[in-house]
Amino acid sequence: MISVQNVHKSFGDLEVLKGVSLDVKKGEVVSVIGGSGSGKSTLLYCINAIEPINKGKILVDDVDVHAKGTNKDKLRQKLGMVFQQWNSFPHMTVLENAALAPRIVKKMSKEEAIEIAKKELEHVGLGDKFDVYPTKMSGGQQQRLAIARALAMKPDYMLLDEVTSALDPELVGEVLDTLRLLAEEGMTMICVTHEMGFARDVSDRVAYFHQGVIAEIGEARQVITDPQNPLTQKFLSKVR
Amino acid sequence: MNSLFTPLSWSDSGLILTGVWNTVIISVVAIVVGTLLGLIVGFLRAESNKAVNVLFGSVLDVLRSVPLIIQLILFSTFVGAMGNPLAPFVAGSIVLSLYTMAFMSEVFRSGFESVSPSMQTAARSLGMTKWQTIYHIRLPIGLRAVFPSWLGVALSVIKDSALVSVIGYMELLRTSEQLISRTQQPLEILIGVGIFYFIISYPLSHYGRYVERKMAI
Repeated sequence: MISVQNVHKSFGDLEVLKGVSLDVKKGEVVSVIGGSGSGKSTLLYCINAIEPINKGKILVDDVDVHAKGTNKDKLRQKLGMVFQQWNSFPHMTVLENAALAPRIVKKMSKEEAIEIAKKELEHVGLGDKFDVYPTKMSGGQQQRLAIARALAMKPDYMLLDEVTSALDPELVGEVLDTLRLLAEEGMTMICVTHEMGFARDVSDRVAYFHQGVIAEIGEARQVITDPQNPLTQKFLSKVR
Repeated sequence: MNSLFTPLSWSDSGLILTGVWNTVIISVVAIVVGTLLGLIVGFLRAESNKAVNVLFGSVLDVLRSVPLIIQLILFSTFVGAMGNPLAPFVAGSIVLSLYTMAFMSEVFRSGFESVSPSMQTAARSLGMTKWQTIYHIRLPIGLRAVFPSWLGVALSVIKDSALVSVIGYMELLRTSEQLISRTQQPLEILIGVGIFYFIISYPLSHYGRYVERKMAI
């Protein structure tokens, strides 16, 4: 379980998170929606300990993420993360991209790492691209590679930061399909997204972020189709 | 009456080959040492804050801006005046290596800086440590990006090594000067020496292009 408890986070004088609390249970898919600058991506960065927090607490399986003694590299093995920019490693083939972390972080043998990498690449539909260099692939394929690369670490949670925002519109579908597949398989996910249809259909709950706080959270279909908070209503009327 | 000058003969080839060999040796030393030091300094510069960079930068600026020939003469004279004259090879290697380092460090710095922070964050998010990220991501991507510049510096070092002759190192140019003063055949000898420099440099530049093609990303 991921438990975010009253988290505050500032960049200089700008307070981006103003007391955010959110519990995500195993197997749950939570989508986070909201305008840009509302702090939703920052929340993911804080959960993954990429950004430190100023106040509050984040627990991942009862481990305090930001406590002094926490081994953050170890913790991140549990938390797969995919970003808006796919950041494929350009000097490696697709297969090497996916096999790198299992090999050097988990110290698997080369054969083992490659086997897992192949499985995850097939999983996301890149079974025919093992020896291709990522720069030769489309954005959608590279983003699926990024998902496979994260999955190859066998994470317990996936944190997805606007993974379709940088894609050409015609490539969004293939990536969302991959995420849908993961959700069906029971992967626990927190998705920061602008895809309202995806949030409605795939996630269990939706949280609406507004100016650093969760303004509304509830069952996905209800929040998207029948929001209670006027702020959520206003936001949704603009994006639809 | 015998002439004061004797024409070029096959017995001079030993001298020329010594010159070739010495040019190769001092170039290799300077390129290897300069590359290693340049990697370290370049990395430190890419990582450091502004204050450290200003300090580093000014030292490197001096090394880059003062002509090599002046650095060679000043260094070997200074060391000699301190009472421990160094062999020309040693003094020449030190100065040429530092000079190379000054250029290499800038090459590598731009290489390290060419790898975006978000690429590094992506690597860290997979559980890679800081050093794993440097070794597996930043270094290989950065080095590929700057390889052509590295090659350019390395090639110019081979040619710059000719200047070490001014402090008495018997490299290719100096041996040829000796032959010229003895034979009075500057044209033939300088053409020959030019060809030798080409023969030394060409394999490197050719191999460099091959490597570049292989690494193309």
